[in-house]
Amino acid sequence: MPEIQLPASLQGVEAVRSVRTPARLDYTFTPGDATSRFLKGITQKKIIGQQARPDTRVYVPPRGADPELGAATPIEVEVAQVGTVTSFCVVNLQFYGSGMEIPYTSALILLDGADLSIMHLIQEIPADQVRIGMRVEAVWRDDADIEPTLESIKWFRPTGEPDDVNVRIPGEKRGTGLGSWPGGVPPTELTVRNPRTGLGGTAADGGEG
Amino acid sequence: MTDQTEAGEILSAPLIIEYPFKRTTGPIIGAFLTGLREQVLVGSRAEDGRVIVPPAEFDPVSGNDLTELVEVGPEGVISTWAWVTAPHAKHPLDDPFAWVLVTLDGADTPMLGALKADGIDAVATGARVKPVWAEEREGHIDDIAHWVLVDAEGDAA
Repeated sequence: MPEIQLPASLQGVEAVRSVRTPARLDYTFTPGDATSRFLKGITQKKIIGQQARPDTRVYVPPRGADPELGAATPIEVEVAQVGTVTSFCVVNLQFYGSGMEIPYTSALILLDGADLSIMHLIQEIPADQVRIGMRVEAVWRDDADIEPTLESIKWFRPTGEPDDVNVRIPGEKRGTGLGSWPGGVPPTELTVRNPRTGLGGTAADGGEG
Repeated sequence: MTDQTEAGEILSAPLIIEYPFKRTTGPIIGAFLTGLREQVLVGSRAEDGRVIVPPAEFDPVSGNDLTELVEVGPEGVISTWAWVTAPHAKHPLDDPFAWVLVTLDGADTPMLGALKADGIDAVATGARVKPVWAEEREGHIDDIAHWVLVDAEGDAA
């Protein structure tokens, strides 16, 4: 680092090394028609997805269009309140704005009847016991506290059912579930195709190996 | 296609997103902010001798490191300005004010500030101004609370 020449008036004083630069964005959020319908379903403790045609993907929460087909999704479908953990993250760091007690688990949950995972909390099980394929169910707030927000579902908790060993990742040809691998061989970085880089995986699954 | 039932009223809700960023300053911007805390304004001297305020870390022509910081101001001259008739919540002043580019004494480039003035007719290009320092300073641009006009005798108008 080059030697800085300070004017006499600043020599010997403690230097500023960092500065606050907070950003604050103050919106009125309008979820639009599709998500408004979804949120109104939430007020009736229903989880409602949408699909373009009876034989195409069910999106939860719906955004009004099927991004694969480029088509509107006029068909409303109520999906189950139980689903399967397709991915999860154990949060061990407290961060600004979070009131959660750490460690806690945030997971992608594929509800039965849906083709898109929702992100939500997993509770009522120690964070280190959460696993892909685990079956979970929604835990709602008290009826008096139900509002048109996904936070009306407090969290998901284990149902106690056996794990779904064929759990799949929506959009991927094959999932990461224990039993979905040939011979029950668990996946490694070499056997799973990284959808971002395209590296890894077997040729049969669109990978290189 | 299946008909959708009417969604009725479209929902809306307030949504506030905050990022509590804190950035390291490096030695040049750090010195500028240190100066603000100490009520001293500094610029950096470029290779062609010009003084850049706020200080630049690199020479604007050659890209070489700039290392010489010099004190400027604290008074300066309005280079150009824009009157704000209806300040919004994030503006530094509640009453109508002027954004001003101030070329500080000894500087060759202007810096931005908010000028507190009685009205649009009080502001003019070429008018002399000086900073009003915040009572509590921490090394932040807000350490300059605002700028005010200096009258011919050198007192704040």
